[in-house]
Amino acid sequence: MSRETSLHGVHKGLGALFTDFAGWSMPVRYASELAEHKAVREAAGLFDLSHMAEIHVTGKQAADVLDFALVGNLTGVKPGRARYTMICNESGGVLDDLVVYRLADEHYLVVANAGNAQVVADALEERVAGFDAVVDDRSETTALIAVQGPKAVEILSAVTDADLDALKYYASVPASVKGHDVLLARTGYTGEDGFELFVDADEAPALWRLLLEAGEPHGLVPAGLACRDTLRLEAGMPLYGNELTVGQSPFEAGLGRVVKFEKPGDFVGRAALEERSKQDVPRVRVGLKGAGRRAPRHGYAVLAGDTEIGEVTSGALSPTLGYPIAMAYVDRAYAEPGTELSVDIRGRIEPVEVVALPFYSRA
Amino acid sequence: MSIPENLQYTKEHEWLKVEDGVATVGITAFAAESLGDIVFVQLPDAGSAITAGEVFGEVESTKSVSELYAPVSGEVVEVNGTTSDTPEVINSDPYTEGWLLKVRLTGDVPDLLDAAAYAQLTQEN
Repeated sequence: MSRETSLHGVHKGLGALFTDFAGWSMPVRYASELAEHKAVREAAGLFDLSHMAEIHVTGKQAADVLDFALVGNLTGVKPGRARYTMICNESGGVLDDLVVYRLADEHYLVVANAGNAQVVADALEERVAGFDAVVDDRSETTALIAVQGPKAVEILSAVTDADLDALKYYASVPASVKGHDVLLARTGYTGEDGFELFVDADEAPALWRLLLEAGEPHGLVPAGLACRDTLRLEAGMPLYGNELTVGQSPFEAGLGRVVKFEKPGDFVGRAALEERSKQDVPRVRVGLKGAGRRAPRHGYAVLAGDTEIGEVTSGALSPTLGYPIAMAYVDRAYAEPGTELSVDIRGRIEPVEVVALPFYSRA
Repeated sequence: MSIPENLQYTKEHEWLKVEDGVATVGITAFAAESLGDIVFVQLPDAGSAITAGEVFGEVESTKSVSELYAPVSGEVVEVNGTTSDTPEVINSDPYTEGWLLKVRLTGDVPDLLDAAAYAQLTQEN
């Protein structure tokens, strides 16, 4: 039996089609995922992300324990700002990618993927030992709603007094949205400007309805996981389980910049990561652009001539661009943009070209 | 979801309408809805033969690929070109504008489901 978010009834009322995602029953789309995708690019979309994990770390040594537990420099994050980072195991394998918000000097919020929620909570609980800090997993009682798209500012400004102009990308501020206390963050996973609102799960249905109502005149529509995936793919953003796995370090994933060796003190995975950072990774993450309409998909072989030189991790016919796009890992020798390769699409060999990521960035 | 009374259905969610030895074949609204927005359809050329029970093409949505199984054996006499240019017609109008193939039958029409039996099947899914 899948778990349901506090917004499940609201989604049902909107006619959502549900899918099981990481043990949660989540809306995959409401009517048309292509229309939802387009709305986010041109106006705005409203997403339920309550399946994601919210783990609070507080105390005098909150910064220190996160510097020890994660690969990033969390001491260096100013209160009110956020950072994209990762949590690795001792051998440098990626347990999850995270967004960490520093809410105050001694208070951080770690947001983990639904599929890794328990792994991350357990790892933090274990790693906090010996530090003057407390790990508090509030995922059960926290809902997360995202408003994403070029109209997001207009929509939010109609329902909150928070100074949105002053709220930078990757920053957050406590705010009131028509009487609902939220943490308002300027973050997202769609390649568009937008906001993520953390709120008590009990209040989420009322907040969702008021955002939907405020947004409808601006073209906002409820948006499901199907379009969230094509949006993030166009934006070249990695998805855990596709582009990121525990079998890779951040270096193999092409995201070695998140590992901050210069921070003082030891951190989990440091020795292994130092070793792995010195080695040339055999395969690198690239973008592929196809012709026609047949999309390379997760698991398909990438070929140079008859030789298999890589594997597709995510792919779709890009709704915005109109041609097939994919992310793949390929041998270093074939990673240069402009390289002509092919993909075995269910027995048919289709040409693709290596292109720089992201496929789409907002103007 | 409407299930037209005048068609026959397969367990693989194709529909069939036989007139004068020619079968028009499409996929059901249930199938189209389950797939999501259809963005590509691969069909055989006119003149080729299809065999009952075997794969004759595929439909792709953003997230998934689904094979199409021939409900009958025969020769493809016409392909709906509209579906290659605007595959979304399969979502919007699966039983009329969104048909896929017309097939001249070379054998008997196998036992298929009527609308009531197909409705039952989709409820079980």
